[in-house]
Amino acid sequence: MQLVQQILFILISGVSIYLFAKKVGEIRRNILLGRKEDLTDNPGQRWKNMTLLALGQKKMFKRPIPAMLHLFVYAGFIIINAEILEIILDGVTGHHRLFAPLLGSLYSVLIGCFEILAVLVLLGCAIFLFRRNIIKVPRLVQSELKGWPENDANLILITEIVLMTLFLSMNTADLVLQSRGVEHYTATDTFWITGMFTGLFSGLSDGTLMGIERGGWWLHIIGVLAFMNYLPYSKHFHIIVAFPNAYYMRLKNQGEAQNMPEIQKEVLYMMEPDKAPTDAAPAEPQRFGAKDVMDLSWKNLMDAYACTECGRCTAMCPANQTGKTLSPRKIMMDTRDRLEEVGANINKNKEFQDDGKTLVHDYISVEELRACTTCQACVEACPVTIDPLNIIMQLRRYLIMEESNSPEEWNLMFNNVETNMAPWKFSPDDRDKWAEEMMQA
Amino acid sequence: MMIKSMAEYAANGEMPEVLFWVGCAGSFDQRAQKITKAFAQILDKVGVKFAILGKEEMCTGDPARRAGNEFLFQMMAYNNIQTLNGYGIKKIVTACPHCFNVFKNEYPALGGTYEVIHHTTFLQGLINDGRVRLKEGGSFKGKKITYHDSCYLGRGNNIYEAPREVLQALDVELVEMKRCRTNGLCCGAGGAQMFKEEEKGTTRINFERAEEAIDTGANIIAANCPFCTTMLGDGLKNKEKEDDIQVMDIAEMVAQSLAE
Repeated sequence: MQLVQQILFILISGVSIYLFAKKVGEIRRNILLGRKEDLTDNPGQRWKNMTLLALGQKKMFKRPIPAMLHLFVYAGFIIINAEILEIILDGVTGHHRLFAPLLGSLYSVLIGCFEILAVLVLLGCAIFLFRRNIIKVPRLVQSELKGWPENDANLILITEIVLMTLFLSMNTADLVLQSRGVEHYTATDTFWITGMFTGLFSGLSDGTLMGIERGGWWLHIIGVLAFMNYLPYSKHFHIIVAFPNAYYMRLKNQGEAQNMPEIQKEVLYMMEPDKAPTDAAPAEPQRFGAKDVMDLSWKNLMDAYACTECGRCTAMCPANQTGKTLSPRKIMMDTRDRLEEVGANINKNKEFQDDGKTLVHDYISVEELRACTTCQACVEACPVTIDPLNIIMQLRRYLIMEESNSPEEWNLMFNNVETNMAPWKFSPDDRDKWAEEMMQA
Repeated sequence: MMIKSMAEYAANGEMPEVLFWVGCAGSFDQRAQKITKAFAQILDKVGVKFAILGKEEMCTGDPARRAGNEFLFQMMAYNNIQTLNGYGIKKIVTACPHCFNVFKNEYPALGGTYEVIHHTTFLQGLINDGRVRLKEGGSFKGKKITYHDSCYLGRGNNIYEAPREVLQALDVELVEMKRCRTNGLCCGAGGAQMFKEEEKGTTRINFERAEEAIDTGANIIAANCPFCTTMLGDGLKNKEKEDDIQVMDIAEMVAQSLAE
């Protein structure tokens, strides 16, 4: 019987890990569909950013209450994974609580800590559910979250609550079985939290308790493996991508727009024809700006997978606050949705077959793109260094330079800049009129 | 007073201490011209040797780049860098955060590297060095003033304290708006929005910001950007508060407070 459990365990774990690795590989391939961009300079600063922002949650604390709750769930998640190590080793070897004899009295202290964290995770998730579904915190119920994103969020929270409940009931049953000296149940000191609840289970038979304990153990580990496989299909994948995303953030002032060397060169050759290379092969036709996800940088695409749809960007966006259709969160969600669609297309057809759709127009409207004031509030707000503005700017470049899709007022402004050297229709000769006035005064 | 152009300096084989980049708004917009004049007046009074480019100055290309017209931006940048490098300019001061940002962060990649200073930082330096001396009990002493962080100075370049320090030197009672510093709310003009209608919404960004400034009970909104000044002024008009509350650039406030 024990052997069957071991084989089953190894089989389930193996299949789970294989499926997870396969999907992660697909996501990696999707991200690499983006344009090249070198973001490897200054590794010292990069490690520091990752430590402070992803591991240290620095920016989360701009909003202290959700930050505290998130910290519970986050710390609980990371530390309880140490418990998973024992579960896996038990599962493979057929032992029970393998570490108990090795760690002695320290073992119960460790499990006690895990239990406290489990309770904090339970509490955090319950309050998160409450904020989403009962209080309806505005940024958590906006229109782009209708349907799947909303269900995804609730499913994650409920799953975590179920997993923690399984962990705690398994320990409670274990303690009662230990106290009865049932074979296979290694005696430990009492656990801090579940030790208080053994009374609830004391009336149950050994068989029922073993059912609860084994059932809890199996459901817990199967739940964890299933959840792991759910991650890459969910916004919750941010728990992994947040780390590389913070590492590879663009190290520059937020006000700096990305340069376009290809156009810089073109202007240079136009102004100084002697500098234009004569023998160079004609450059491959390249799209100016971004029309679809493949035109974006791989970092933009990684940003899309790092987004957990918390909506801090949108809550800070002046356009969104004043009722415009632009929502930086939606920009990120659209980018990910489109990229997933492109990925599925490649899975099916070996390589991407034109499906007549693009990120601009089919997912993100011109109206949304037009409403951005480039104020960088969204970039500033994101706890995991996502840069929606960078995507907005690239899509705007496509609209203007490839589609000549510009409001009439902007065309007028462009004309003025070109002919009068100022965005307004004034004579360049009057540029220093103010100075003449001052000199005469 | 005398305002010399870079061409005049060069003709005499001289180099000014700093080039004052006026910007399009500062050159042509009637409201912003007052800021330009106030800043020039301060420089003149405290004896900073400065030049302007005058008719040789052109739009930096910032609104074109933000709208997405990279080609036009690159052309403007090319021309300006030719002019600036031609004169061997090292140090630029400007009263426009958009010009400041584009010079500081975006021109270096195109071959234009300068020491660029925003006028509020420059004024703070002049006050700290004792070159700008302020009237005892000047006209702003004890007045309730709120400061509007412009996006391109604040979030864009992390300059939050220099303008506030200038205001402190004027002995004002500084009250912060609900959204300030990194959380500041845009005036609505950035990203080339200045040059077109806003998209459809429930309100306008500058109305929202003006309302927030009014809520502080301040008599003056201190700004550091010609576009913010215009947008906030329009916002006040919409709330019919233009007679009770003024929008002033920090340079205008300093110019009014200079010791004799």
